[in-house]
Amino acid sequence: MSGRVPCAILGSGNIGTDLMSKLESSETLDLVGVVGIDPSSDGLARARAAGIETSADGIDWILAERDRIELVFEATSARAHRANAPLMLEAGIRCIDLTPAKLGPGVVPVVNLDQHRDARDINLITCGGQATIPMVAAVSSVTRVPYAEIVATIASKSAGPGTRDNIDEFTRTTAAGVAEIGGAQRSKAIIVLNPAEPEIMMRNTVFCELPDDVDEAAIAASIDRMAARVAEYVPGYRLRTAPVFDERRVAIFLEVEGAGDYLPRYAGNLDIMTAAAVRVGEELARLQLEARTTA
Amino acid sequence: MTAITLCDATLRDGSHPMAHRFTVEEVARVAGALDRAGVPVIEVSHGDGLGGSSFNYGFSGTDELDLISSASAAIARARLAVLLLPGIGVKEDLDAAAERGTSVARIATHCTEADIAIQHLHHARELGLTAVGFLMMAHMATPAALAEQARTMADAGAEVVYVTDSAGALLPDGAAERVLALREALAPEVAIGFHGHQNLALGVGNSLAAIAAGATWIDACTRGLGAGAGNTPTEALVAACARAGIETGVDVIEVADVAETVVAPLMPREQILDRDSLVLGYAGVYSSFLLHARRAEERFGVPAGEILIELGRRGAVGGQEDWIIDIAAELAAAHEEQEHA
Repeated sequence: MSGRVPCAILGSGNIGTDLMSKLESSETLDLVGVVGIDPSSDGLARARAAGIETSADGIDWILAERDRIELVFEATSARAHRANAPLMLEAGIRCIDLTPAKLGPGVVPVVNLDQHRDARDINLITCGGQATIPMVAAVSSVTRVPYAEIVATIASKSAGPGTRDNIDEFTRTTAAGVAEIGGAQRSKAIIVLNPAEPEIMMRNTVFCELPDDVDEAAIAASIDRMAARVAEYVPGYRLRTAPVFDERRVAIFLEVEGAGDYLPRYAGNLDIMTAAAVRVGEELARLQLEARTTA
Repeated sequence: MTAITLCDATLRDGSHPMAHRFTVEEVARVAGALDRAGVPVIEVSHGDGLGGSSFNYGFSGTDELDLISSASAAIARARLAVLLLPGIGVKEDLDAAAERGTSVARIATHCTEADIAIQHLHHARELGLTAVGFLMMAHMATPAALAEQARTMADAGAEVVYVTDSAGALLPDGAAERVLALREALAPEVAIGFHGHQNLALGVGNSLAAIAAGATWIDACTRGLGAGAGNTPTEALVAACARAGIETGVDVIEVADVAETVVAPLMPREQILDRDSLVLGYAGVYSSFLLHARRAEERFGVPAGEILIELGRRGAVGGQEDWIIDIAAELAAAHEEQEHA
């Protein structure tokens, strides 16, 4: 296995810029371009300063460079991604979608990436989904989960216009992921914005309904293992307390501290999205490079 | 003569002390009696609004849509209202509530997060409902900041915007200042509302101060049945308004009779201002946290008051019931460590 897979970031806002910081140290991905639509954006200025090629021509630049770009991280908006996705597909470029567009399959790296390694467009659901679905999956791998409910609490300042303008989409998409990917039979998602200063870390509570007579120790061990696996790519991901078992229910309390690459540390909700994107991108790149070596 | 629109929220805020277990029969009895006494707006929903039935807030004993239908069938003149907190309920919940006879949609956000309600307020208008914005925990925002948020709601189509004292922490001056700030910021056709709690025993007093400052929609709950120490008691507000020459359209004796003979018998306990509910008002904590904190006290052996004060210190906002277990577990662990030290 040698070389790196060339990739680009489409979108030079907060998410795109944080992603850039994380990709700089990647051993499998080679960031060849950061593309925005505003030439004066802070994100593009930072990319230029880091010696990365930039453009303010958006998707047009990506399409013009199709011969050398194999993977695009899309960090624009759901609407922009809906327009860009068919163009990239036609150009033979794979895409990891950080918007809520949900065109391709939803992926949580530690849960279901294996099933979607060949997808041309991978969606990362929501920050709440990335944080909580692994825990639901950890419980549902031990026992049947008739119902799971998650509560994501994020600092007001870290909730961008995308979340605020369509908060129903967040709850709906997250709930769907909790059931389909997490393995709960029914699900519900709740999001709360908290404006406290200093800003609160992203906090998540996961409730899973349990059948009678479950093996609590096995569930707790599965939760611990899963938390450690997520923490491999989201270092600030941690359980706040041991899982709390009550009558036919377990409650799991999580905190996600951001890595502080570009975004502030409290914005664990944004950090977990960019960290998951890099994890998925590196895994796809590794498979691609392996295939090349063996071919 | 000043006139107000009284919104009785017994069948919504009262859902908290009822552990979200109102039955269709109880709802029909209460709504019918309030309607006959002349109450113009009656709110029916899970305590945490449409879609609130959950582990986090407590599961509904009866689907709230069936409760809305029951109320709708029992009333002749009153209008039915529902509450919805964006992030918990979704726009489709309003569609379903409208089909069951709701005509007023109250969209609630924390007092600094009005923009997450824009879509829901628009949607309420599209459905032909009266759109009401509900700025919760209003004591946490300055009058100017609250007015700014109220403008966001009014721009999104809200016809009424509430100063919602969810913690029962406002004093009469603070209630009046906030109403006044909203009155100055909003177009005259947008009404201002006030929602009070009894945690500092100021429900009626704050409501009168709000009315004097220009509020024309006032919330109350019959026999005070509501979260924390309860809400402004409907019958006391109606009587006080009558004494003050404020028109409510509600008959004092009749509504007092509803409180005594219809609502009191179904209450699990009378609303009293006890130590823990006083802490809510004193520390500025969301009123519906009270019973959750009591349950956590039983489960973890940490005093409810201590949990509530910690919630206030961390700046918990409405909807963060999950923090209660988290904090209780943390405090219990800290206590244990101290004992071993």
